[in-house]
Amino acid sequence: MSVLTEISGWVVKARVDEPLGLREVVYVGSDQLIGEVVALDHSIATIQVYEETEGLAPGDRVIASGAPLVVELGPGLLGEVFDGVQRPLGALAARDGDFIRAGTRLPPLDRDKLWPFEPAVAIGDDVTIGAELGLVQETGAIAHPILAPVSGRIHSIAGRGSYRVADVVARVDGHDVTMLQTSRARVPRPVAERLPLAHPLITGQRVLDTFFPLARGAPACMPGGFGTGKTVTQHQLCRWADADIIIFVGCGERGNEITQLLRELPDLVDPRTGRHLRERTILIANTSNMPVSAREGSIFTGVTIGEYYRDLGFHVLLLADSISRWAEALREISGRLEEMPAEEGYPPYLSSALAAFFERAGSVRTLGGREGSLSIIAAISPPAGDITEPVTRHAQRFVQTFWTLDRHLAAARVFPAVSMRDSYSDIPAGVMRWWESQIDPQWHSKRGTAMAFLEDAARDEEMARLVGSESLPDRERFVLRLAEVFQEGFLQQSAYDEVDACCAPARQRDLLDLFLATYKRGLELIGEGKPADAIVSLPLFANLQRVKSAKTLPAISDVEKELAAC
Amino acid sequence: MLTMASIERVGVDELRGSIAVVEAIPGVGYREEVEVIGAHGESLPGRVLAVTESVAVVEIFAPTDGLRLDSSRIRFRGHPLRFGVGPELLGRVLDGAGRPLDGLPPPPAAEMRPITGSAINPTRRAYPRDFLETGISSIDALDSVVLGQKIPIFSESGLPHDALAMQIVRQVRAPGVEKFAIVFAALGLPRETTRRYLDDFDASGARSRLVVFLNHADDPAAERVITPRCALTAAEYLAFDLGYHVVVILNDITNYGEALREISAARGEVPSRKGYPGYLYSDLASLFERAGRIAGRPGSLTQIPIVTLPSGDMSHPIPDLTGYVTEGQIVLDRELARRGVYPPVSILPSLSRLMTDGIGAGRTREDHADVAKQLYAALARVERARSLAAIIGTDELTEIERTYIVFGERFEREMLAQASDERRSIAETLTIGWRLLSILPRSELTRIRDEFIARYAS
Repeated sequence: MSVLTEISGWVVKARVDEPLGLREVVYVGSDQLIGEVVALDHSIATIQVYEETEGLAPGDRVIASGAPLVVELGPGLLGEVFDGVQRPLGALAARDGDFIRAGTRLPPLDRDKLWPFEPAVAIGDDVTIGAELGLVQETGAIAHPILAPVSGRIHSIAGRGSYRVADVVARVDGHDVTMLQTSRARVPRPVAERLPLAHPLITGQRVLDTFFPLARGAPACMPGGFGTGKTVTQHQLCRWADADIIIFVGCGERGNEITQLLRELPDLVDPRTGRHLRERTILIANTSNMPVSAREGSIFTGVTIGEYYRDLGFHVLLLADSISRWAEALREISGRLEEMPAEEGYPPYLSSALAAFFERAGSVRTLGGREGSLSIIAAISPPAGDITEPVTRHAQRFVQTFWTLDRHLAAARVFPAVSMRDSYSDIPAGVMRWWESQIDPQWHSKRGTAMAFLEDAARDEEMARLVGSESLPDRERFVLRLAEVFQEGFLQQSAYDEVDACCAPARQRDLLDLFLATYKRGLELIGEGKPADAIVSLPLFANLQRVKSAKTLPAISDVEKELAAC
Repeated sequence: MLTMASIERVGVDELRGSIAVVEAIPGVGYREEVEVIGAHGESLPGRVLAVTESVAVVEIFAPTDGLRLDSSRIRFRGHPLRFGVGPELLGRVLDGAGRPLDGLPPPPAAEMRPITGSAINPTRRAYPRDFLETGISSIDALDSVVLGQKIPIFSESGLPHDALAMQIVRQVRAPGVEKFAIVFAALGLPRETTRRYLDDFDASGARSRLVVFLNHADDPAAERVITPRCALTAAEYLAFDLGYHVVVILNDITNYGEALREISAARGEVPSRKGYPGYLYSDLASLFERAGRIAGRPGSLTQIPIVTLPSGDMSHPIPDLTGYVTEGQIVLDRELARRGVYPPVSILPSLSRLMTDGIGAGRTREDHADVAKQLYAALARVERARSLAAIIGTDELTEIERTYIVFGERFEREMLAQASDERRSIAETLTIGWRLLSILPRSELTRIRDEFIARYAS
């Protein structure tokens, strides 16, 4: 019998008398708390317990499970809320009440629920691994294929009808196939090949899509101090990003934020499918007051579910808020294990751990020959908003898209508070080709003109700060004022405005065109000797600030006409 | 597990500060409550910090001077640290470990509850969106608080956060809410300060709806760590069992953080930023996340903790990590205080994350959100105009910049400043907002819908 010998926080030690594996799941104490073996030394195992350890005593039993930490996969994940070790929070609340009890457990997927199954193969067919055996309408928006786990002949296949997740629906080459499978949380799922990034992940947020686009299958990070609107921005992405499946991992953040998402998602309708957004969303909620070690696990639970839907041929977006809390959980675990700390107390393997997470993003050809992608957007909460801290610095090395949120913009209530100066995106050629072929052949140069204009304006603003804007020449005054209007009328986007909350690429182009036309014609007028004040006091300037909320945008010719009449 | 009744051991192996090391008894559990009995029969509360097969490490929440190795007895209670809750807590003054300080017998306990509490299942939370009126214009208009929110006051030594907290205690109300209760926990406050609080509670007649916990500056640091947990256990009972709308004021979180650091160092843990333990964030979260509302239950638990920024530094680990857990912050500013503005709330760095859904038609007033947005935008312009004026002089400013300077001055005098006994309704506050916005040319009001301008601009 294995027994506990030492308890201090949620890292405990046990003397084991049976062979245990590293990373094997064990059940600790009479409540059978979930734990994972993190170190082995002769007969002493060090165990990270995923729940509150209050009350555990030396001598309490430890039971080996014989298996590593796995995630349950199958129909029934969509629309659900899980904690960091994939306990179904809705079902737990129904059984246990309003508070989470230590040691409480239910299978992640409801074993009794019936799913409508539509077979896609017949007995005697030969299938290859990853082939579709049948289809389950998981939600109104998502049809969930059941794939062959191996290649071979179909020995049996269930008829059209309703089945439980654990029912055998097919037999392939001697293997029983159910709708339910498990996958190791900490190991990436295999794919046939990684594909080049060729499609943008449209977020509906102008400052991101136009200036710092993210490719489908790419990772991004979003550092921002508290109060810079990280969470609101993440919620906006959760609502509007152009992905089939959204996984939101609330990792060590606020409980009320999860509640807010839960409250809003059923009300919001996906502009593409006309279905409720809840039907394509999975929430992993390990709030800041839930056990820290489960917080560490929540990221892996989320990313494994993401890979699963990717392998079914979907485009998946995983939002993690925030990986700083995850890194801090790593630090706590490392501290409890008395490992040698590196910078700021983080373990020396922080960088590899971050890489292992971000590298699970990708656009892939699956084993079954489908195309799917998993994009990752990770919020970072740098201490004191200082982005030179270890988590941000290491994350930067593994992502090409970096959205910095700026405290000054946030204080002026400019949201999303994405800094134009400190953000960047190394845009894959395929993504630029998409914009040019689908939206505007001139996109590359238009975007470049806008960036150069903003850079100019930033320089002028510094000058204005020294000498006052009154003393600036007309050209600079015009640029400065237009930049202000551009910030309010283009970069800033209200999450609460019905029209403006999500802006489609074509509308982003049209809006940008209005500003670029004003910029170009305005500069010409200045060149002709018109005073800047006369131009910027046109009603056009006030209109440009508000036009983003209008259902239809004015024509460029109207803008040019107004300027010409100046 | 903790099924056994009390067991006792005579003699301690090691004593250091508030930490005692005892030879373990089989069955003693992690975090179990203990009672240490000194040579003269004095009883000191404590709990198990760590336990192995051979020893139990115990922290003691009372002064340990005079304890001896041989004569001390340790009684293991067989359950985690608990606090007795009951309806008669209201009106009582208790010490930092929950024992009476008001000369009355202990309040009768309807139930003993573990002070660490349990996490609310996120799917059972109700989203907080009922406006809580403090009667203070700057907070109600621009950092509106809702029932069930957690929003700290970031202050500095010498700023009037105590006066502000007292004013909030006196004035707080919400539309249609009858059952209001306040739980006030002093964490390491000087006795002079807590006396002023008690006097104010008495003078205003608020005492009967208050539960007060006092851990003074010279009380043991170990006790400071359990005080807020006792207070929150009481508050949860009042809110979620009895249906009160409870406002909890924890004052001061900085002292709490210091206590945590002191204990962490005594345990020899690997320190993180500035010597604070690596689990500071999770520990603070375990307090602040106890705020909220629960679906289907009538009450709410709102937290307004006070954090005095060490040397005014908002990036210090305690305010920084607090800000990451709480739903916004109310920032007090020394410069405003020097100019004689009370309460010196600095609007731009202040923020209420739950404001958007808690205001508007049917909650405060339909124009509230637009007015607030326009005021933020205007204040951002004021700040820019002021920093420009500091370099080039007011004379060189444009006309609109000068208008903003005037706006800024009048905003401080008319909106921010108010007497400590002045309660302004949200309607009065919004009227002041419109009066101030009328200083600006119409073309500057880009954040307010035209219909509201037509309806409310005088």
